[in-house]
Amino acid sequence: MAEEVLVFGAWGSPFSRRVEMALKLKGIEYKYIEEDLTNKSPSLLKYNPVHKKIPVLVHNGMPVAESLVILEYIDETWKDHPILPKDPYERANARFWAKFIDEKCLSAIFKACWGEEYEHEKAEIEHEKAVKEVSELLQLLENELKEKRYFGGETVGLLDIAANTIGYWLGVFEEASGVELLTREKFPKLCNWANEFVCVTAIKENLPPRDKLIAYLRNRFGAGNASK
Amino acid sequence: MAYEVVLVDTWVSMFGMRVRIALAEKGIKYEYKEEDLCNKSKLLLKINPIYKKIPVLIHNGKPVCESLIIVQYIDEVWNDRSPLMPSDPYPRACARFWADFVDKRVYDVAKKVWTTKGEEQEAAKKEFIETLQILERQLGDHPYFGGERFGFVDLSLITFYSWFYAYETFGNFSIEAECPKIIAWAKRCLQKDSVANTLPDQKKVYEYVVQMRKRFGVE
Repeated sequence: MAEEVLVFGAWGSPFSRRVEMALKLKGIEYKYIEEDLTNKSPSLLKYNPVHKKIPVLVHNGMPVAESLVILEYIDETWKDHPILPKDPYERANARFWAKFIDEKCLSAIFKACWGEEYEHEKAEIEHEKAVKEVSELLQLLENELKEKRYFGGETVGLLDIAANTIGYWLGVFEEASGVELLTREKFPKLCNWANEFVCVTAIKENLPPRDKLIAYLRNRFGAGNASK
Repeated sequence: MAYEVVLVDTWVSMFGMRVRIALAEKGIKYEYKEEDLCNKSKLLLKINPIYKKIPVLIHNGKPVCESLIIVQYIDEVWNDRSPLMPSDPYPRACARFWADFVDKRVYDVAKKVWTTKGEEQEAAKKEFIETLQILERQLGDHPYFGGERFGFVDLSLITFYSWFYAYETFGNFSIEAECPKIIAWAKRCLQKDSVANTLPDQKKVYEYVVQMRKRFGVE
């Protein structure tokens, strides 16, 4: 049966890269369409009229939006290399932490790196608060990882893919802004995990080029909090 | 008697109501523990240390948090009866998308309707109505968001209905006038025992919101 899989994404977005990572892990061929987010295509607006965002997966003409929803769809449609565990409690756990990463971590990391404009004395205190918050969030993930090689156990799973923001983008944010967040002394397990994560073929092949991403971030958001 | 299923919740929470409807749909007996959110119990802080929020389902001693995650968990464990999710991947993805939409768009803007005044409130009302109208379009001519059967998206949205009278009174508007299909859909859902027996009386919720507004100093 001829199958058509399209992915609408943006090269620097961890969310659209998640979709590509999952498809690559399962060996699914797809056509990638790069979106200019400042000038969204009629196709994107047609396939995601509600949020008008990437990523969107279109499978045989049927669109699925929201990266975590797409990951579950991919797992239910293509059964090779399952990314969610079978046990309902483990599944609930993976979903919980994926949601946690999306709802709490990214905005906290961003705030610590680029923050808001504050007057000089306040800036120092606010920056320290933001860094402390990220530290607390990372500690929770460090604890959740325990002695496992990946969040998914022996193989990369949905939570590892959802944690791509921690596994790769966080390091890039750190370098672009000069703010140190994921240190080896405080988070040895998470650091080990990040190193293993980016070496997995399906992941490695779907990481945006580091220099290009750093240049983009600095251009878009400025030099970062560390230099203030 | 030690219950295998415990729900830590608060009567007025539309998120907790989702879990109660799911448990009722599946005919699951459980122990209910009411939380006072102004004075959180040691139990709640232990079972949900990350968010410290209700609802939390405890099944055989293990906690599950976040209402939509709990509902999916219930559906997967008690998978021999009254399915809450569709069986095929694409409708399942649509169900997850729209339940996520309800979570991301309805709660925050609805809260602004009863916690703000003046221009901010007018903007919130407008956005709230627009959000319901998007949902109305999605519902189309189907009796439920799940199609012919009450399902995951219906469950995720219907619980807000118990707060409608409060929104309308404090926002000074009629939801039925703006979104008649949503009201018709809600009344259809209320014909189900699991929904009717779970949703608190709208006037009781209103009284609660009156107290909350005093506490937040909205008056």
